[in-house]
Amino acid sequence: MSADSATVTYREALNQALREEMIRDESVFLMGEDIGHFEGAFKVTKGLLAEFGEERVVDTPITEAAFTGLGIGAAMAGLRPVIEIMTVNFALVAMDQIVSNASKIHYMFGGQVSVPMVIRMPGGAGHQLSAQHSHSLDAMFTHVPGLKVAVPATPDDAKGLLKSAIRDDDPVILLESEGLYGKKGPVGGEDDLVPFGQAVVRRPGRDCTVIASSRMVWVALAAAEQLATQGVEVEVIDPRTFRPLDLDTLAGSVRRTSRAVVVDEGWPECGIAAGVAAHLYEACFDWLDAPIARVNSADVPMPYAKNLEQAAIPQPADVVAAVMSTLAREVPR
Amino acid sequence: MSASPPPVPPPDEMRDIFRTMTLIRRFEERAAEEYMAGRIGGFLHLAIGEEAAIVGTVSALRADDPLTSTYREHGQALARGTDPRAIMAELLGRATGICGGRGGSMHLMDLDRSFYGGYGIVGGAVPLALGLGWAARYRGTEQVSVTMFGEGAANQGVVSECFNMAGLWDLPMVFLILNNQYGMGTPVERAAAAEDFFPRAAAYDIESWKVDGMDVLAVRAALSEAARLARDERRPACVELLAYRYRGHSMSDPDTVRAAEEKERWQARDPLVTFERVLLGEGIMDGDGIAAMQAEVAQVVDDATAFAQESPEVPIAELADGVYAQPWNDDARGSALMRP
Ligand SMILES: Cc1ncc(C[n+]2csc(CCOP(=O)(O)OP(=O)(O)O)c2C)c(N)n1
Repeated sequence: MSADSATVTYREALNQALREEMIRDESVFLMGEDIGHFEGAFKVTKGLLAEFGEERVVDTPITEAAFTGLGIGAAMAGLRPVIEIMTVNFALVAMDQIVSNASKIHYMFGGQVSVPMVIRMPGGAGHQLSAQHSHSLDAMFTHVPGLKVAVPATPDDAKGLLKSAIRDDDPVILLESEGLYGKKGPVGGEDDLVPFGQAVVRRPGRDCTVIASSRMVWVALAAAEQLATQGVEVEVIDPRTFRPLDLDTLAGSVRRTSRAVVVDEGWPECGIAAGVAAHLYEACFDWLDAPIARVNSADVPMPYAKNLEQAAIPQPADVVAAVMSTLAREVPR
Repeated sequence: MSASPPPVPPPDEMRDIFRTMTLIRRFEERAAEEYMAGRIGGFLHLAIGEEAAIVGTVSALRADDPLTSTYREHGQALARGTDPRAIMAELLGRATGICGGRGGSMHLMDLDRSFYGGYGIVGGAVPLALGLGWAARYRGTEQVSVTMFGEGAANQGVVSECFNMAGLWDLPMVFLILNNQYGMGTPVERAAAAEDFFPRAAAYDIESWKVDGMDVLAVRAALSEAARLARDERRPACVELLAYRYRGHSMSDPDTVRAAEEKERWQARDPLVTFERVLLGEGIMDGDGIAAMQAEVAQVVDDATAFAQESPEVPIAELADGVYAQPWNDDARGSALMRP
């Protein structure tokens, strides 16, 4: 992070990354629904149409499959598209393009052509948007070889990861969080990239390793505060990218603490937490003093009712309970 | 042969139509208040301005014609006769809601009234409607599947796929493109290559045309004809309704994109005001009758709101109920495990 770093929101950090990379590289263009004149459903692209014009900030019809595919084709032709899908929920309409084309093309054609594109989209629950608008699909994208998957939790990472994504020669899925757009923090300057595959320790601790990403980092940190008052010091680690995954940092921590909890806003079955836990069992089996605990959203479509939704998504208290379970301790009341 | 409704409905039906339009308007206004008070969460998409399109459509259909819609669907449920209490309770996420608080504003369904639901993914419900039409033909019923979607949705590839199959297989379907001229912040001219949407269906050999969606009788007549084609001649039809929504896309849209002059121009064609004039002009209702009806409707909405506010929350213990029609255990977390 540069010394002159200012405090900005996660939303503004993303905007800065887009703007700086568009200035730096003429082949970068933006495309998506309502990103130009409307300046984005979450205002991430504010001011960019005015600055760069309609050739580089392109409003599309509601056609996720087609404009995602268009981005792939344009990337094959050497451009660097940044495709905004309004929310991750609508990426399901474009999944065929992402999985069958974007992820495959470099390998399937023997490395003749690459797909240097970014698909950015926010996800997550917590706003009572009900079952079809509350997905955390991180695991679905991470499942696919050929994609890279970045999950920023802070403004600094949002900016640095997006800049890395734009300069990357492969298709990168940048999963933003609807709940973090207003989050403030310092950001890096024009040349501060956050490299893929480098986890960061958000809070050091010796008793248990808590792995969390995106909005769950903040849930885990809130839990860590509560645990500290009971004399339990957890180490909170944010992988920042799921593909590539910085297993060295995660496993190094778990070997020190001998305990791990993986927090993941997605569903439990074959999810991010399940996948990370499997890696940790393989890497740290002999060091573990307790089974790895997972904290996930409930295994249900997201309900609308506020009380049900809050019960369905991971809360600090769930993380506290999971950590205590690895320590074989009761959660104090 | 089913009897089609006459082009100009009898007086009692005219009064019914007006009452339903008024009910939708008042319900939506109250929903907005409940949202502002923080009792409704999530997205709230109001259909204020689209009452003629909704009521004109529903009044032309048979009660058992399967109807599908988008997230802007409170009016469709009200027009089908769903208890306003159950709708408002759903909006407030209460146990007494029509979907038990699971769906919320965007996902109402009332199967008893053949309202097959509101869906949140743009274009996503159109193939379901195709399936409902398919099932009607398969079973040999006289039902017509009717689906309402926006002009923004019409740009989704899946809608064209459905046009083709409906045309290819002559499914008993009516596609209703509610062209309110904006998909969120995007006006039609920046999203569609051609101004009109109905010719897209015509390209698949579907009878299609466009009508004034602010005129409830014009909508009703068009839908009667479309349903007749589908029911009696077994041919799909497509009707484009030109309309306008008076509020932003949803409650979270500050609605800064649309010009004030444009909004005023469409406000001047308010479907409730114009229809009221028709009723007064033809002596079907008088001022007192209208005032009494409005008071009765306000009472219904007040009652629905009070009912919703007083209704219990959904017990958290029921979080995982209903994921499956045939569950193998009642364990929410880790339910992929088959346990005895
Ligand atoms: C596949 C998909 N993409 C984007 C969205 C976000 N979105 C919700 S409504 C909407 C506009 C839809 O416009 P239109 O179909 O004309 O219907 P209207 O809202 O005007 O009734 C958009 C873009 C969505 N829900 N689903």
